[in-house]
Amino acid sequence: MFSLKNKKFAEEIISKIKASDVKLKFMHVCGTHQDTLVKHGLDVLLKECGIEIGQGPGCPVCVTTPKEIEEMLLLARKGKIVTTFGDMVNVPGETQSLQSMKTEGYDIRTVYGIEDAVNLAEKYKDKEIVFMAVGFETTAPTTASVLLKDPPSNFSILCCHRTIPSALKALLDMGEIKIDGLIEPGHVSTIIGTEPYEFISKDYHVPQVVAGFEPLDLLMAVWMLVQQIQQGKTCVQNEYARAVNKEGNVKAQKVIDEVFEPGDKKWRGFPVIPHSSLELRSKFETYNAQRKYESDLKEISNKEFKEPKGCRCGELLRGLLLPQECPLFGTQCKPENPVGPCMVSIEGSCSIEYRYTK
Amino acid sequence: MCLAVPGKVVEIDKNKEHGIVDYGDGTKRKANISLVEVKVGDYVLVHAGFAIEVLDEKDAQETLDLFREMLSAGEDV
Repeated sequence: MFSLKNKKFAEEIISKIKASDVKLKFMHVCGTHQDTLVKHGLDVLLKECGIEIGQGPGCPVCVTTPKEIEEMLLLARKGKIVTTFGDMVNVPGETQSLQSMKTEGYDIRTVYGIEDAVNLAEKYKDKEIVFMAVGFETTAPTTASVLLKDPPSNFSILCCHRTIPSALKALLDMGEIKIDGLIEPGHVSTIIGTEPYEFISKDYHVPQVVAGFEPLDLLMAVWMLVQQIQQGKTCVQNEYARAVNKEGNVKAQKVIDEVFEPGDKKWRGFPVIPHSSLELRSKFETYNAQRKYESDLKEISNKEFKEPKGCRCGELLRGLLLPQECPLFGTQCKPENPVGPCMVSIEGSCSIEYRYTK
Repeated sequence: MCLAVPGKVVEIDKNKEHGIVDYGDGTKRKANISLVEVKVGDYVLVHAGFAIEVLDEKDAQETLDLFREMLSAGEDV
Protein backbone atom coordinates (compact mmCIF):
# COMPACT_ATOMS: atom_id res chain seq x y z
CA MET A 1 0.00 0.00 0.00
CA PHE A 2 2.76 2.43 0.93
CA SER A 3 6.32 2.16 2.07
CA LEU A 4 7.90 3.76 5.06
CA LYS A 5 11.16 1.89 4.84
CA ASN A 6 13.06 4.36 2.66
CA LYS A 7 16.69 4.08 3.82
CA LYS A 8 17.88 7.33 2.29
CA PHE A 9 15.11 9.20 4.01
CA ALA A 10 15.98 7.56 7.33
CA GLU A 11 19.59 8.65 6.96
CA GLU A 12 18.41 12.17 6.27
CA ILE A 13 16.37 12.29 9.48
CA ILE A 14 19.20 10.80 11.52
CA SER A 15 21.69 13.37 10.23
CA LYS A 16 19.24 16.14 11.15
CA ILE A 17 18.90 14.75 14.68
CA LYS A 18 22.66 14.37 15.00
CA ALA A 19 23.26 17.93 13.84
CA SER A 20 20.93 19.23 16.53
CA ASP A 21 23.53 18.16 19.14
CA VAL A 22 21.20 17.24 22.00
CA LYS A 23 21.29 14.95 25.01
CA LEU A 24 17.75 13.80 25.72
CA LYS A 25 15.79 10.99 27.27
CA PHE A 26 12.52 9.94 25.69
CA MET A 27 10.01 7.31 26.68
CA HIS A 28 7.47 5.36 24.70
CA VAL A 29 4.75 3.07 26.03
CA CYS A 30 4.34 0.46 23.35
CA GLY A 31 5.92 -2.93 22.78
CA THR A 32 5.54 -2.58 19.03
CA HIS A 33 7.53 0.65 19.15
CA GLN A 34 10.21 -1.12 21.16
CA ASP A 35 10.26 -3.96 18.63
CA THR A 36 10.82 -1.53 15.73
CA LEU A 37 13.52 0.36 17.66
CA VAL A 38 15.53 -2.74 18.55
CA LYS A 39 14.87 -4.81 15.42
CA HIS A 40 16.19 -2.06 13.13
CA GLY A 41 18.97 -0.94 15.49
CA LEU A 42 17.40 2.49 15.85
CA ASP A 43 17.96 2.49 19.61
CA VAL A 44 21.72 2.21 19.04
CA LEU A 45 21.73 4.77 16.21
CA LEU A 46 19.76 7.27 18.26
CA LYS A 47 21.97 6.78 21.31
CA GLU A 48 24.90 7.84 19.13
CA CYS A 49 22.87 10.99 18.39
CA GLY A 50 22.45 11.70 22.12
CA ILE A 51 18.95 10.29 22.43
CA GLU A 52 18.00 7.48 24.75
CA ILE A 53 14.58 5.90 24.38
CA GLY A 54 13.17 3.57 26.99
CA GLN A 55 9.94 1.61 27.24
CA GLY A 56 7.61 2.56 30.06
CA PRO A 57 4.48 0.72 31.22
CA GLY A 58 3.41 -0.02 27.66
CA CYS A 59 2.86 -3.75 27.60
CA PRO A 60 -0.57 -4.81 28.86
CA VAL A 61 0.57 -8.34 29.66
CA CYS A 62 3.53 -7.01 31.64
CA VAL A 63 1.52 -4.58 33.79
CA THR A 64 -1.08 -7.21 34.70
CA THR A 65 -0.55 -7.96 38.38
CA PRO A 66 0.45 -11.29 39.94
CA LYS A 67 -2.92 -11.29 41.72
CA GLU A 68 -4.88 -11.12 38.46
CA ILE A 69 -2.83 -14.04 37.14
CA GLU A 70 -3.47 -16.00 40.35
CA GLU A 71 -7.21 -15.38 39.97
CA MET A 72 -7.13 -16.93 36.51
CA LEU A 73 -5.06 -19.86 37.78
CA LEU A 74 -7.58 -20.44 40.55
CA LEU A 75 -10.54 -20.28 38.18
CA ALA A 76 -8.84 -22.91 35.99
CA ARG A 77 -8.28 -25.09 39.09
CA LYS A 78 -11.98 -24.74 39.87
CA GLY A 79 -12.83 -26.30 36.51
CA LYS A 80 -13.56 -23.31 34.29
CA ILE A 81 -12.31 -23.17 30.72
CA VAL A 82 -9.86 -20.30 30.89
CA THR A 83 -9.17 -18.35 27.70
CA THR A 84 -6.77 -15.53 26.96
CA PHE A 85 -4.26 -14.12 24.49
CA GLY A 86 -1.12 -16.10 23.67
CA ASP A 87 1.37 -14.13 25.72
CA MET A 88 -0.68 -14.16 28.88
CA VAL A 89 -0.65 -17.94 29.29
CA ASN A 90 3.11 -18.00 29.80
CA VAL A 91 3.38 -15.31 32.47
CA PRO A 92 4.25 -16.98 35.76
CA GLY A 93 2.10 -16.29 38.79
CA GLU A 94 3.54 -16.91 42.25
CA THR A 95 3.62 -20.66 41.74
CA GLN A 96 3.02 -21.40 38.07
CA SER A 97 1.67 -20.14 34.75
CA LEU A 98 -1.53 -20.97 32.89
CA GLN A 99 0.65 -22.83 30.39
CA SER A 100 2.06 -25.11 33.09
CA MET A 101 -1.49 -25.77 34.30
CA LYS A 102 -2.40 -26.79 30.77
CA THR A 103 0.26 -29.49 30.87
CA GLU A 104 -1.35 -30.71 34.11
CA GLY A 105 -4.59 -31.22 32.22
CA TYR A 106 -6.52 -28.06 33.07
CA ASP A 107 -8.51 -26.50 30.26
CA ILE A 108 -6.61 -23.41 29.13
CA ARG A 109 -7.27 -22.07 25.63
CA THR A 110 -5.30 -19.46 23.72
CA VAL A 111 -7.53 -17.27 21.59
CA TYR A 112 -6.89 -14.69 18.87
CA GLY A 113 -9.64 -12.41 20.17
CA ILE A 114 -12.62 -12.32 22.50
CA GLU A 115 -15.03 -13.56 19.80
CA ASP A 116 -13.18 -16.89 19.77
CA ALA A 117 -13.84 -17.20 23.51
CA VAL A 118 -17.56 -16.47 23.01
CA ASN A 119 -17.67 -19.13 20.28
CA LEU A 120 -16.31 -21.62 22.83
CA ALA A 121 -19.07 -20.64 25.25
CA GLU A 122 -21.65 -21.29 22.54
CA LYS A 123 -20.06 -24.64 21.71
CA TYR A 124 -19.65 -25.91 25.29
CA LYS A 125 -22.93 -24.84 26.86
CA ASP A 126 -22.41 -27.04 29.93
CA LYS A 127 -19.02 -25.45 30.71
CA GLU A 128 -18.10 -22.11 32.22
CA ILE A 129 -15.83 -20.02 29.95
CA VAL A 130 -13.78 -17.17 31.40
CA PHE A 131 -11.88 -14.76 29.16
CA MET A 132 -8.97 -12.86 30.70
CA ALA A 133 -9.54 -9.45 29.15
CA VAL A 134 -6.16 -7.73 29.14
CA GLY A 135 -5.24 -4.76 27.00
CA PHE A 136 -5.31 -1.00 26.77
CA GLU A 137 -7.78 1.22 24.95
CA THR A 138 -7.02 -0.59 21.68
CA THR A 139 -8.45 -3.85 22.98
CA ALA A 140 -11.16 -2.57 25.34
CA PRO A 141 -13.70 -1.79 22.57
CA THR A 142 -13.46 -5.39 21.32
CA THR A 143 -14.48 -6.62 24.78
CA ALA A 144 -17.17 -3.97 25.06
CA SER A 145 -18.79 -4.69 21.72
CA VAL A 146 -18.98 -8.41 22.49
CA LEU A 147 -20.64 -7.77 25.87
CA LEU A 148 -23.18 -5.50 24.19
CA LYS A 149 -24.26 -8.46 22.02
CA ASP A 150 -25.55 -10.49 25.00
CA PRO A 151 -23.05 -13.37 24.97
CA PRO A 152 -24.18 -16.68 26.54
CA SER A 153 -24.61 -16.78 30.33
CA ASN A 154 -21.78 -19.34 30.69
CA PHE A 155 -19.38 -16.65 29.45
CA SER A 156 -17.66 -14.07 31.65
CA ILE A 157 -14.52 -11.96 31.72
CA LEU A 158 -11.82 -11.23 34.25
CA CYS A 159 -11.54 -7.56 33.45
CA CYS A 160 -7.93 -6.35 33.35
CA HIS A 161 -8.30 -3.44 30.91
CA ARG A 162 -6.18 -0.42 31.71
CA THR A 163 -5.80 3.06 30.24
CA ILE A 164 -2.59 4.75 29.16
CA PRO A 165 -2.95 8.48 29.94
CA SER A 166 -3.51 7.83 33.67
CA ALA A 167 -0.39 5.67 33.81
CA LEU A 168 1.66 8.43 32.18
CA LYS A 169 0.34 10.87 34.76
CA ALA A 170 1.27 8.48 37.58
CA LEU A 171 4.75 8.05 36.15
CA LEU A 172 5.30 11.80 35.92
CA ASP A 173 3.86 12.36 39.41
CA MET A 174 6.26 9.78 40.85
CA GLY A 175 9.11 11.87 39.47
CA GLU A 176 11.64 9.04 39.55
CA ILE A 177 13.00 9.71 36.09
CA LYS A 178 13.56 12.63 33.80
CA ILE A 179 11.42 12.41 30.66
CA ASP A 180 12.22 14.98 27.98
CA GLY A 181 9.58 13.71 25.58
CA LEU A 182 6.94 11.03 25.14
CA ILE A 183 6.26 8.95 22.06
CA GLU A 184 2.60 7.99 22.34
CA PRO A 185 1.25 4.64 21.13
CA GLY A 186 -0.30 4.73 17.67
CA HIS A 187 -3.02 2.16 18.09
CA VAL A 188 -4.17 3.26 21.54
CA SER A 189 -4.41 6.71 19.94
CA THR A 190 -6.39 5.32 17.00
CA ILE A 191 -9.13 4.76 19.55
CA ILE A 192 -8.71 7.67 22.00
CA GLY A 193 -7.39 10.33 19.60
CA THR A 194 -4.75 12.87 20.59
CA GLU A 195 -6.78 15.02 22.96
CA PRO A 196 -6.46 12.83 26.11
CA TYR A 197 -2.68 13.46 26.11
CA GLU A 198 -2.93 17.23 26.02
CA PHE A 199 -2.94 17.70 29.81
CA ILE A 200 0.53 16.15 29.92
CA SER A 201 2.04 18.81 27.71
CA LYS A 202 0.03 21.54 29.41
CA ASP A 203 0.51 20.56 33.08
CA TYR A 204 3.83 18.72 32.97
CA HIS A 205 5.42 20.56 30.03
CA VAL A 206 6.42 17.36 28.29
CA PRO A 207 6.47 17.34 24.47
CA GLN A 208 4.57 14.43 22.89
CA VAL A 209 4.28 12.85 19.48
CA VAL A 210 1.82 10.09 18.55
CA ALA A 211 3.75 7.73 16.30
CA GLY A 212 3.24 4.85 13.90
CA PHE A 213 5.30 1.68 13.85
CA GLU A 214 7.57 1.78 10.82
CA PRO A 215 11.22 2.78 11.36
CA LEU A 216 10.59 6.10 9.61
CA ASP A 217 7.60 6.80 11.84
CA LEU A 218 9.75 6.52 14.95
CA LEU A 219 12.66 8.50 13.55
CA MET A 220 10.26 11.20 12.48
CA ALA A 221 8.63 11.21 15.94
CA VAL A 222 12.05 11.67 17.55
CA TRP A 223 12.86 14.51 15.17
CA MET A 224 9.52 16.18 15.94
CA LEU A 225 10.21 15.94 19.70
CA VAL A 226 13.71 17.39 19.22
CA GLN A 227 12.22 20.28 17.28
CA GLN A 228 9.63 20.99 19.97
CA ILE A 229 12.38 21.08 22.58
CA GLN A 230 14.65 23.28 20.49
CA GLN A 231 11.82 25.70 19.84
CA GLY A 232 10.83 25.70 23.54
CA LYS A 233 7.35 24.33 22.79
CA THR A 234 5.38 21.56 24.41
CA CYS A 235 2.40 20.17 22.60
CA VAL A 236 0.92 16.95 21.22
CA GLN A 237 1.80 16.30 17.59
CA ASN A 238 0.46 13.52 15.46
CA GLU A 239 2.96 11.75 13.24
CA TYR A 240 0.56 8.84 12.56
CA ALA A 241 -2.12 10.86 10.78
CA ARG A 242 -2.88 7.97 8.43
CA ALA A 243 -4.51 6.08 11.33
CA VAL A 244 -5.04 8.64 14.10
CA ASN A 245 -7.04 11.84 14.28
CA LYS A 246 -7.70 14.27 17.11
CA GLU A 247 -11.08 12.78 18.05
CA GLY A 248 -10.10 9.13 17.71
CA ASN A 249 -12.60 6.39 16.88
CA VAL A 250 -15.74 7.91 18.38
CA LYS A 251 -17.81 4.78 17.75
CA ALA A 252 -15.31 2.69 19.74
CA GLN A 253 -15.20 5.28 22.53
CA LYS A 254 -19.01 5.16 22.84
CA VAL A 255 -18.94 1.38 23.09
CA ILE A 256 -16.25 1.56 25.79
CA ASP A 257 -18.22 4.15 27.72
CA GLU A 258 -21.42 2.14 27.54
CA VAL A 259 -19.82 -0.94 29.07
CA PHE A 260 -17.05 0.37 31.33
CA GLU A 261 -16.46 3.04 33.91
CA PRO A 262 -13.08 4.28 35.13
CA GLY A 263 -11.66 2.66 38.25
CA ASP A 264 -8.52 2.73 40.36
CA LYS A 265 -6.18 -0.18 39.77
CA LYS A 266 -2.77 -1.46 40.70
CA TRP A 267 -0.31 -1.94 37.83
CA ARG A 268 2.71 -4.19 38.15
CA GLY A 269 5.59 -2.02 39.36
CA PHE A 270 3.21 0.77 40.38
CA PRO A 271 0.96 1.47 43.33
CA VAL A 272 -2.79 1.81 42.71
CA ILE A 273 -3.18 4.33 39.87
CA PRO A 274 -6.34 6.46 40.09
CA HIS A 275 -8.72 6.24 37.10
CA SER A 276 -6.40 3.86 35.28
CA SER A 277 -8.69 0.91 34.70
CA LEU A 278 -11.90 0.13 32.90
CA GLU A 279 -14.34 -1.61 35.23
CA LEU A 280 -17.58 -3.22 34.09
CA ARG A 281 -20.64 -1.10 34.77
CA SER A 282 -23.21 -2.71 37.09
CA LYS A 283 -25.46 -3.49 34.10
CA PHE A 284 -22.83 -6.00 32.94
CA GLU A 285 -22.16 -7.45 36.39
CA THR A 286 -23.33 -10.93 35.30
CA TYR A 287 -20.31 -11.08 32.97
CA ASN A 288 -17.89 -10.06 35.71
CA ALA A 289 -15.97 -13.22 36.66
CA GLN A 290 -14.80 -11.65 39.93
CA ARG A 291 -18.42 -11.29 41.06
CA LYS A 292 -19.78 -14.41 39.40
CA TYR A 293 -17.15 -16.63 41.01
CA GLU A 294 -16.72 -14.66 44.23
CA SER A 295 -16.96 -17.82 46.33
CA ASP A 296 -14.37 -19.62 44.15
CA LEU A 297 -11.98 -16.69 44.46
CA LYS A 298 -12.63 -16.05 48.17
CA GLU A 299 -9.54 -17.95 49.32
CA ILE A 300 -7.24 -15.41 47.66
CA SER A 301 -9.36 -12.28 47.90
CA ASN A 302 -7.28 -10.78 50.71
CA LYS A 303 -4.00 -12.42 49.82
CA GLU A 304 -1.04 -10.38 48.64
CA PHE A 305 1.07 -11.87 45.86
CA LYS A 306 4.72 -11.03 45.51
CA GLU A 307 6.76 -10.38 42.38
CA PRO A 308 9.02 -13.28 41.40
CA LYS A 309 12.25 -13.34 43.44
CA GLY A 310 14.93 -11.10 41.97
CA CYS A 311 12.62 -9.91 39.17
CA ARG A 312 13.06 -6.24 38.30
CA CYS A 313 10.19 -5.92 35.81
CA GLY A 314 8.60 -3.30 38.06
CA GLU A 315 11.57 -0.92 37.74
CA LEU A 316 11.76 -1.68 34.04
CA LEU A 317 8.10 -0.73 33.58
CA ARG A 318 8.76 2.58 35.35
CA GLY A 319 11.62 3.28 32.94
CA LEU A 320 14.30 3.07 35.64
CA LEU A 321 16.14 0.13 34.19
CA LEU A 322 17.09 -1.34 30.82
CA PRO A 323 16.72 -5.11 30.27
CA GLN A 324 20.48 -5.69 30.07
CA GLU A 325 20.92 -3.97 33.45
CA CYS A 326 18.86 -6.64 35.24
CA PRO A 327 21.16 -9.31 36.73
CA LEU A 328 18.73 -12.04 35.70
CA PHE A 329 18.57 -11.00 32.02
CA GLY A 330 19.83 -13.77 29.77
CA THR A 331 21.05 -15.81 32.74
CA GLN A 332 18.26 -17.11 35.00
CA CYS A 333 15.66 -15.26 32.92
CA LYS A 334 15.32 -16.33 29.29
CA PRO A 335 12.33 -16.65 26.94
CA GLU A 336 12.24 -20.43 27.43
CA ASN A 337 12.34 -20.01 31.20
CA PRO A 338 11.08 -16.50 32.00
CA VAL A 339 11.16 -15.13 35.53
CA GLY A 340 9.08 -12.04 34.87
CA PRO A 341 6.47 -10.94 32.32
CA CYS A 342 8.80 -8.61 30.39
CA MET A 343 10.69 -11.71 29.21
CA VAL A 344 7.46 -13.55 28.34
CA SER A 345 5.45 -11.14 26.29
CA ILE A 346 6.54 -10.52 22.71
CA GLU A 347 5.89 -6.89 23.61
CA GLY A 348 8.00 -7.01 26.76
CA SER A 349 11.27 -5.11 26.50
CA CYS A 350 13.37 -8.02 27.85
CA SER A 351 11.90 -10.44 25.34
CA ILE A 352 12.53 -7.97 22.50
CA GLU A 353 16.09 -7.28 23.63
CA TYR A 354 16.81 -10.99 23.89
CA ARG A 355 15.20 -11.77 20.53
CA TYR A 356 17.33 -9.34 18.54
CA THR A 357 20.58 -9.10 20.45
CA LYS A 358 21.30 -12.47 22.09
CA MET B 1 -0.77 -6.58 22.32
CA CYS B 2 -1.74 -3.36 20.63
CA LEU B 3 -0.44 -4.69 17.35
CA ALA B 4 -2.84 -3.95 14.52
CA VAL B 5 -2.39 -5.29 11.01
CA PRO B 6 -3.54 -3.46 7.89
CA GLY B 7 -5.64 -5.32 5.35
CA LYS B 8 -8.22 -4.80 2.64
CA VAL B 9 -11.92 -5.52 3.17
CA VAL B 10 -12.93 -7.85 0.33
CA GLU B 11 -16.32 -8.99 1.55
CA ILE B 12 -18.97 -7.86 4.02
CA ASP B 13 -21.48 -10.23 5.62
CA LYS B 14 -25.21 -9.69 5.28
CA ASN B 15 -25.48 -8.69 8.94
CA LYS B 16 -22.77 -6.04 8.36
CA GLU B 17 -21.10 -7.11 11.57
CA HIS B 18 -18.28 -9.12 10.03
CA GLY B 19 -16.21 -8.92 6.89
CA ILE B 20 -13.39 -10.79 5.21
CA VAL B 21 -10.06 -9.00 5.32
CA ASP B 22 -7.28 -9.78 2.84
CA TYR B 23 -3.87 -9.14 4.38
CA GLY B 24 -2.09 -9.26 1.05
CA ASP B 25 0.13 -12.19 1.98
CA GLY B 26 -2.33 -14.89 1.01
CA THR B 27 -4.12 -14.68 4.34
CA LYS B 28 -7.81 -13.88 4.43
CA ARG B 29 -9.62 -13.83 7.73
CA LYS B 30 -12.96 -12.89 9.18
CA ALA B 31 -12.96 -9.67 11.19
CA ASN B 32 -15.61 -7.85 13.18
CA ILE B 33 -16.29 -4.51 11.48
CA SER B 34 -18.84 -3.10 13.94
CA LEU B 35 -16.45 -0.46 15.31
CA VAL B 36 -15.88 1.21 11.94
CA GLU B 37 -17.84 2.51 8.96
CA VAL B 38 -16.42 0.46 6.15
CA LYS B 39 -17.13 -0.62 2.59
CA VAL B 40 -15.64 -3.27 0.34
CA GLY B 41 -12.25 -2.12 -0.97
CA ASP B 42 -11.36 -0.05 2.12
CA TYR B 43 -8.15 -0.67 4.03
CA VAL B 44 -8.58 -1.27 7.75
CA LEU B 45 -6.37 -1.83 10.78
CA VAL B 46 -7.28 -5.10 12.48
CA HIS B 47 -6.59 -5.74 16.15
CA ALA B 48 -7.63 -8.93 17.99
CA GLY B 49 -10.15 -9.78 15.29
CA PHE B 50 -11.73 -6.32 15.12
CA ALA B 51 -11.23 -3.58 12.53
CA ILE B 52 -10.39 -0.56 14.70
CA GLU B 53 -9.88 2.09 12.02
CA VAL B 54 -10.23 2.70 8.32
CA LEU B 55 -6.94 3.76 6.78
CA ASP B 56 -7.01 6.65 4.42
CA GLU B 57 -4.87 5.56 1.48
CA LYS B 58 -4.53 9.11 0.28
CA ASP B 59 -3.30 10.20 3.73
CA ALA B 60 -0.91 7.28 3.74
CA GLN B 61 0.63 8.23 0.44
CA GLU B 62 0.89 11.81 1.56
CA THR B 63 2.81 10.84 4.69
CA LEU B 64 6.19 10.75 2.98
CA ASP B 65 5.57 14.10 1.29
CA LEU B 66 4.60 15.56 4.64
CA PHE B 67 7.79 14.17 6.17
CA ARG B 68 9.85 15.78 3.43
CA GLU B 69 8.16 19.07 4.08
CA MET B 70 8.79 18.85 7.81
CA LEU B 71 12.43 18.03 7.28
CA SER B 72 12.99 21.05 5.15
CA ALA B 73 14.76 23.95 6.80
CA GLY B 74 12.96 26.44 8.98
CA GLU B 75 10.02 24.22 9.88
CA ASP B 76 7.76 25.34 12.65
CA VAL B 77 5.99 23.17 15.19
